[in-house]
Amino acid sequence: MTFSISLRFAAALILAAVALPAMAQEAPDALVKRTSGEVLQVVRTDPKVAAGDKQRIREVIETMLLPNFDFEKMTALAMGRNWNKATPEQQKALIEQFRTLLVRTYSGALSQYKDQTIDFKPMRADPAATDVVVRSEVVRPGQAPVQIDYGMTKTANGWKAYDVIVGGVSLVTNYRDEFNEQIKGGGVDGLIQTLRDKNKGVSSKS
Amino acid sequence: MKMRAYAAVVAALLLLSACASAPGRADDPLEPMNRAMYAINKPIDDHVMRPIAQAYVDYVPRLVRLGVSNVFGNIDDLFSGINGLLQGKTEKAGNDFGRVLVNSWGLFGLVDIASDLGIPKGNEDFGQTFGYWGIPQGPYLFVPLWGPTTVRDGTGSLIRIWYGPVGYIPNVALRNIIYGIGSVDLRANALGATSMIDEAALDPYTFVRRAYLQRRQYLVYDGNPPPEKDD
Repeated sequence: MTFSISLRFAAALILAAVALPAMAQEAPDALVKRTSGEVLQVVRTDPKVAAGDKQRIREVIETMLLPNFDFEKMTALAMGRNWNKATPEQQKALIEQFRTLLVRTYSGALSQYKDQTIDFKPMRADPAATDVVVRSEVVRPGQAPVQIDYGMTKTANGWKAYDVIVGGVSLVTNYRDEFNEQIKGGGVDGLIQTLRDKNKGVSSKS
Repeated sequence: MKMRAYAAVVAALLLLSACASAPGRADDPLEPMNRAMYAINKPIDDHVMRPIAQAYVDYVPRLVRLGVSNVFGNIDDLFSGINGLLQGKTEKAGNDFGRVLVNSWGLFGLVDIASDLGIPKGNEDFGQTFGYWGIPQGPYLFVPLWGPTTVRDGTGSLIRIWYGPVGYIPNVALRNIIYGIGSVDLRANALGATSMIDEAALDPYTFVRRAYLQRRQYLVYDGNPPPEKDD
């Protein structure tokens, strides 16, 4: 019995060892395509998501979307030249608060994607590239299609998104202005406080 | 709403702002005035425009709303075609004029048959044409009841309103009703975006400004804008 369990355990370990690097190698466009397909499927079929169950929506985002983002790179880029002026503790707080803000923003927007279909454009990238843009197009009935591009970087744990560009509007660029303004007003700590207040405010409203 | 009268006021404002020069951000030298306009617009939007648009979405059947969007979209396609031509983009202009022909045929553009036939919808406008020919965007402007624009894009919008087919409707009441429906349709289509901005933005004014300017730059360059400087 014990033997059989440990044998199975060993088999599982070997399987994981084989499968994990294979998953880490998943091409960036394949990763985005698979993830958005899976999330769309849940948005369309999960009755709790359809009913606007905040906790379930957050759970979907936390488990299905977030593992594919590089929040440190995202925060560093949004901070721009201010990033190196922040202490490691401030950087940690910034990453955490920015992540929370994006989860909340995505939570509110998720149900809007119900009626949409997503087309992916073939990606022409150098196989050795470590930074690519995955291009997709969201088609909505009766409206001009919207381009959604993902800035992706290759990490030890596979490809991760660090920017989302919706119809030409880069999330990182947009927040760079916002962060700059807050830092000008109250320094890095001022920005962290604003993010905390914002996250608390939105959470109490939801 | 007297669209043309409002347009004239905005035109005067544009002229004024184009003459004024104030220190500040290069792309938003009129920030103090714009923020004041933003503050004026906020309660009007919160208590009038947004609730009307929300009620429209809640109580008017989806197919009717889609039809309304399609009718106005058909007019947009016409102007998109004109602006495609003005920029020498003959293939895109051909698509736009083709869409107008197909969609106007019979149903006044109520049904977007062209999209079902796979003719892609364009989105060229006068502001983009000016940008294409190298005219700078000029100062950023926030106009109450209208939203974000620039001197260049605002001028384009004024030309568009001035020469739009609705302006030629002789019956003033009917004309104003159509302008009203158009405004509600526009606002309703932006409900998703504005509620997202409420959740995402630390300072909605800054957020809207950067998003608008990025979007316009992207459109002027047809999706391939030169990279922004990283600062």
